[in-house]
Amino acid sequence: MDKSKLYDILRSLHADVDFEKEKGLVDNGILDSLDIVTLITEINDAYDVELPAEEILPENFNSADALWALIQRLEEE
Amino acid sequence: MAFVSFAFILFLVVLVPVYYLVPKKAQFIVLLAGSVFFYAFCGWRSLLYIIAATLNSYLFARWLSSAAKKENGRVEQMRETWSRDERKAFRVTSKKKRFRILVLGLVIGFGLLCIPKYTAFTVSNINAITGASITIPSLLLPMGISFYTFQSMGYLIDVYREKTECERNFAKYALFVTYFPQLLQGPISRFSDLSPQLLAPHDPEWDRMMSGFLRILWGYFKKVVVADTALLAVGTILSDPETYNGIYVFFLLLLYAAQIYGDFTGGIDITLGISEMLGIYVKENFDHPFSSLSTKEYWRRWHITMGTWFTDYVFYPLSVCRPMQRFSKWSREHLGNAVGRRLPVYFATIVTWFLTGLWHGASWNFIVWGLLNCLVILISQELNPLYEKFHKRFPNLAQNTFYRHFAMIRTFLLMGFIRTLDCYRDVPLTFSQWGTMFYAPGFSRLFTEQSLLGLNGWQWLLLGLSLILVWQVSRNSPNDAPLRHRIAARPVAGIVVAACLIFVVLIFGSWGIGFDASQFIYNQF
Repeated sequence: MDKSKLYDILRSLHADVDFEKEKGLVDNGILDSLDIVTLITEINDAYDVELPAEEILPENFNSADALWALIQRLEEE
Repeated sequence: MAFVSFAFILFLVVLVPVYYLVPKKAQFIVLLAGSVFFYAFCGWRSLLYIIAATLNSYLFARWLSSAAKKENGRVEQMRETWSRDERKAFRVTSKKKRFRILVLGLVIGFGLLCIPKYTAFTVSNINAITGASITIPSLLLPMGISFYTFQSMGYLIDVYREKTECERNFAKYALFVTYFPQLLQGPISRFSDLSPQLLAPHDPEWDRMMSGFLRILWGYFKKVVVADTALLAVGTILSDPETYNGIYVFFLLLLYAAQIYGDFTGGIDITLGISEMLGIYVKENFDHPFSSLSTKEYWRRWHITMGTWFTDYVFYPLSVCRPMQRFSKWSREHLGNAVGRRLPVYFATIVTWFLTGLWHGASWNFIVWGLLNCLVILISQELNPLYEKFHKRFPNLAQNTFYRHFAMIRTFLLMGFIRTLDCYRDVPLTFSQWGTMFYAPGFSRLFTEQSLLGLNGWQWLLLGLSLILVWQVSRNSPNDAPLRHRIAARPVAGIVVAACLIFVVLIFGSWGIGFDASQFIYNQF
């Protein structure tokens, strides 16, 4: 799996954010509900996973690393 | 049993000592017995309703949990044999089966809510549209039904999602649904937050009990001094919309904000105070909503547990469900990225706010109220790039005290404006009253006796001073906690403040003719 695709998706939403360093995407109000839903649609497409509503938790969306861990977990299940 | 009643005070005076005197293992039984006794005052029909709602969610949760256990057991058993695709296919099929069980449980659970709450509204709309004359049934609406239905349905969904363990003991589960302090007006708790605390042993601790007691008294102060005094003036304005139009509609906006804030946050303070005395920490439902700088922020601070319920169980599931994902993909391909990515989210937002309005009551004013809130939020969303440009151009403005106060007052007035739909309970009348504010304000009436709105000078002074006190206490200590705890830590100070609050509530509460302490605004939902 290619993590760079995730960074591309995130940068398409907020080009000015340093996603490699930012650890508070939800807590700091960078991602709003519109971003989160768009992000899920793009991730589902790019990685052939199905990210369910119950996984929409701040801890899963606060950083690119947390999102990547979630994608990997969904891939394995 | 109403919170503001002698019977309820007596009930607490008996329940709290008994709770701490019985063996710790039996504390939850005391709470359950107390909760059933408390709710029994609402009548046997209401009691039957809550028993049915509890049984429904309990049995369906057991069914869901057993299906999930079988599914997980089978996957574990075949871990070495099955390929990844076979395992995935099995998971998909099993989840579909569990989903069908969940849907059945939700249909029955929400059906129990919808029949008494929405039948008359539905029939009257059918009559209005088709010209039919079907008799509108008069059904009993059990107290607090919207709150306990949402709480139990949230639990059922969490069990389906395997986010919470299914409770096998019916009595323990029944306590989660019927826990008396929050039964009639929330907050809407999550099983994983509340149930472990309800079942844990608790010792009496002076500081905590005094802190809880002070919060209860503070809640009574907000309810009977602030809300019920404001209610007298609100009632005067609403009693004669033709006389009290124009500038008085603006007064209504301000006074109803004071009334609903005192009423709802006061009720929640009583709930959280009782819980604190029992050693149980229920989630906060308010976080200084009137200091919000935007509508979105306001809804993160007002009736928090209802907002998060709708976000977690309606907005996100609807936004990311498979049909919506397909719709999103289609709309991006055919309508462009900008429109395509908005459509599904905006659709889910509209549905969520429509349901939020409907949750508040079976009438058009609540639906219009929900949709107007939605409209404001969506317009703010669309204007966001403009705000960002504006704030980039003036980078220090966001921290400017004057600008922050402007944003706060703007949000307060906007929300207050929409909230008047709740007062008139009549959409065309509300709109025409809004209109009079602009084309016939009638400023000349301001300095007549009419402007006292049925209150005397002392009552206005009392209301004004009380509002300043509430504002200061809420500003200086978020959720009152630090101040309350500081006072409670000093026994003498605690007793003196408690005595003062009791005195103020008894002397200055609106206990006059026509006073109806049984009705908190949110009890009717």
